[in-house]
Amino acid sequence: MPMKIGNANFHERVETNLHNTFMRGAVAGAQERLHTRRLEAAKELGNWEEWRALGEEIRQHTLENLDYYLMQLSENVAKRGGHVFFAQTAEEANNYIRDVVIRKKAKKIVKSKSMVTEEINLNAVLEAAGCEVIETDLGEYILQIDDHDPPSHIVAPALHKNKEQIRDVFREKLGYKQTEKPEELALHARKTLRREYLTADIGITGCNFAIAESGSITLVTNEGNADLVTALPKTQITVMGMERIVPTFEEMEVLVSLLTRSAVGQKLTSYITVLTGPRDEGDVDGPEEFHLVIVDNGRSNILGTEFQPVLQCIRCAACVNVCPVYRHIGGHSYGSIYSGPIGAVLSPLLGGYDDYKELPYASSLCAACTEACPVKIPLHELLLKHRQVIVEREGKAPISEKLAMKAFGLGAASSFFYKFGSKVAPSALAPFTNDDRISKGPGPLKAWTEIREFPAPNKERFRDWFREHQKGGGK
Amino acid sequence: MKVSLFVTCLVDLFHTNVGKATVELLERLGCEIDFPEAQTCCGQPAYNSGYVKEAKEAMKHMIRTFEHADYVVTPSGSCATMFKEYPHIFQGDREWEPKAKALADKTYELTQFIVDVLKIEDVGASLQGRATYHTSCHMTRLLGVKEAPFKLLKHVKGLEIVPLPNAHQCCGFGGTFSVKMGPISEQMVDEKIEHIEEIHADYLIGADCGCLMNIGGRIKRQGKPIKVMHIAEVLNSR
Repeated sequence: MPMKIGNANFHERVETNLHNTFMRGAVAGAQERLHTRRLEAAKELGNWEEWRALGEEIRQHTLENLDYYLMQLSENVAKRGGHVFFAQTAEEANNYIRDVVIRKKAKKIVKSKSMVTEEINLNAVLEAAGCEVIETDLGEYILQIDDHDPPSHIVAPALHKNKEQIRDVFREKLGYKQTEKPEELALHARKTLRREYLTADIGITGCNFAIAESGSITLVTNEGNADLVTALPKTQITVMGMERIVPTFEEMEVLVSLLTRSAVGQKLTSYITVLTGPRDEGDVDGPEEFHLVIVDNGRSNILGTEFQPVLQCIRCAACVNVCPVYRHIGGHSYGSIYSGPIGAVLSPLLGGYDDYKELPYASSLCAACTEACPVKIPLHELLLKHRQVIVEREGKAPISEKLAMKAFGLGAASSFFYKFGSKVAPSALAPFTNDDRISKGPGPLKAWTEIREFPAPNKERFRDWFREHQKGGGK
Repeated sequence: MKVSLFVTCLVDLFHTNVGKATVELLERLGCEIDFPEAQTCCGQPAYNSGYVKEAKEAMKHMIRTFEHADYVVTPSGSCATMFKEYPHIFQGDREWEPKAKALADKTYELTQFIVDVLKIEDVGASLQGRATYHTSCHMTRLLGVKEAPFKLLKHVKGLEIVPLPNAHQCCGFGGTFSVKMGPISEQMVDEKIEHIEEIHADYLIGADCGCLMNIGGRIKRQGKPIKVMHIAEVLNSR
């Protein structure tokens, strides 16, 4: 799955998804559950704001010293017998991984959940090289067998499907004969997947946090699938975004606490696994060969810019789970594997404004995302910065809007123009006015009045009333 | 106490009653009202659309207009938030940053001013009915004014305040969002109205004319009997 999903434009996608009642029911239900659980988990920890401040500080410190920590990480991985590859582009990452696969004569690959491998479209490359690639995260597995349906959420990729739909996919693709009970569905997937782990040649994982001081990688799951992916196959390849790093175990612990609480409202997930290099002498399991692929793919261009805070992201999706826009349009409307507020900020940076210029406007700037973010990324401010870039640097704003804003600048910066404009507004709008309201407005009012009534401007402006009020001596 | 009123462009042009109620209420609470006639708009429509240059012109104008004021009070959480953002926007501008900070420091949203500065919670208002309050996003999350409206509403005689389900969710206004992303905004405002109906409220009260124009405009379009009131109007009801 590449980062970009489909070729329809944003408004077409939104239109389609607004009519998808299954998806909307599933998303709203999940948002309510996750919202409540996250607040409870934060409350239980206590001093949540202090934890957030600490999380922010750790991420900022790491980003400011990213070169140092990446160097330390790669030295420590190498010391433990692992191989490190820095990939500047998606293509470089994919080529390196394909070379390992070919060298190992691998036929079957099992994968645990990884957004960065979706971003670089790794599965397609490996399948083209003749491998069978099997996703082992339950959500990703469901999507994979459903003809590669794209993920609609960075943590719960199949969030847009309800259990009945998943049952139907299993029936059609796996010959499943049981009910839509989640336990039965999960058990079936588990039985099927167990066979795959045992016969896979290579395990590929993502990385929640790499630990620079030890050269370890941390994997956070609820299904334990990452443990099997890394314990059984002889070769392990871990793919990480270049910013997914912490200095020491101490910082990892803080961020994992923030991550699990923010993502799913859990104190800890069922499995938090820290792996360091290949199997050591005396180890009973683990890979014989370990590769760490560190992916840039546009991230270093964000460093040092006004958008740098987006790299603080720990991919918890708390912002997605509170977003009222995501709630109604679902993840697929964003046209990117990164959806919700974080996707609206990140996708134009990694994928360019041509494909994602609408996303910064797909927000009412309600700031629920900023409030929810456990590492204090000012998401709504970054959306605003995108809008500024689109207007000033990209020149992609519509001409009518530019003219309207020029007029605004004139009107709002000069009391003369403002007073004149507000004085003539009622007469100018009189033909459209019915009683106290405008139901079919002209120009910019058209879009408003398609949905709602617009108040007619008052003949007596407040300022006119106040002048009279003062003549009467005020109170 | 002399209070300079920033009435907001929406109130000046479309909601004169909210401005009147604000003046009458503050006068009743012992304030002397100054209304600088040169005032226009806080600049938010341009700023939130990415037109920072145009917005800054409006902002400079507003900074100059309120330079003389001791207190600037506004019946809008969102416009107050915008004033509070000025220093951030003029950061590094040696001439304008300190002036922006001076304005931000003396700016208050109406309910915040009554509760925190005037130290009054019972304004002697009365209104019969069942009401719910819409916590607008900028006022709650960015300005951080969460308690003041409830403290004031609690003392309005005859008024029963019922919590609004999913109160934390945006009503779908978002300035130009409401027209740029009309179909999404429509879903958001409809969900908000469903929640207001769920609790059988007679009144929807809010402290931001933008949100109220959106929710109220949709309620009117649907012909529903819910009455939309600005909190200044409620507090000025006797």
